[in-house]
Amino acid sequence: MSDLLLLCALFLMFTLVLGLLRVLRGPEDGDRMLAAQLIGSTGVGVLLLLAAALGQPALVDVALLLALLAALAAAAFVRQPGNPS
Amino acid sequence: MSELVAATMIVAGLFFYLAGSIGLLRLPDLFSRLHALTKADNLGLGLLAAGVAVHAGDPLMAARLLLVWLAVLAASAASAQLIARHARTADPHV
Repeated sequence: MSDLLLLCALFLMFTLVLGLLRVLRGPEDGDRMLAAQLIGSTGVGVLLLLAAALGQPALVDVALLLALLAALAAAAFVRQPGNPS
Repeated sequence: MSELVAATMIVAGLFFYLAGSIGLLRLPDLFSRLHALTKADNLGLGLLAAGVAVHAGDPLMAARLLLVWLAVLAASAASAQLIARHARTADPHV
């Protein structure tokens, strides 16, 4: 079972690489910020799978922190100098 | 039996993650890409968390996983709204 979980985590990393192509091609700034959100979301998934595969329940707490920090990154992105949001 | 249920849920979650990434690549506009990323990835994460909860079998761990999923839901909803509003106000032609 833990082998299957590790394989699933590897598959998630592959979908992450697919999404990173958008960072290369994205015509706007918002597209690159989308890639950061993708990394946050996929990273939480990978951490949950690793927590199950390696038997480390502490990784679930790491996933929670990553989710909250991803939101912080988006807020920092939109709060650029001169932008009233 | 519970291992089979857990494995099925996790694979279903992976399918939604793949759909979200393909949508991120193929959709024509920033706003539609936001839809794909937020909705598909969060649904995939929900199925993934449910599968891991079934695999763990511990109700306290299941509660923590539910909390992680809710936190990701709230964070990505707020982030999507911020990104979309920034895209609208920064470029008046969008």
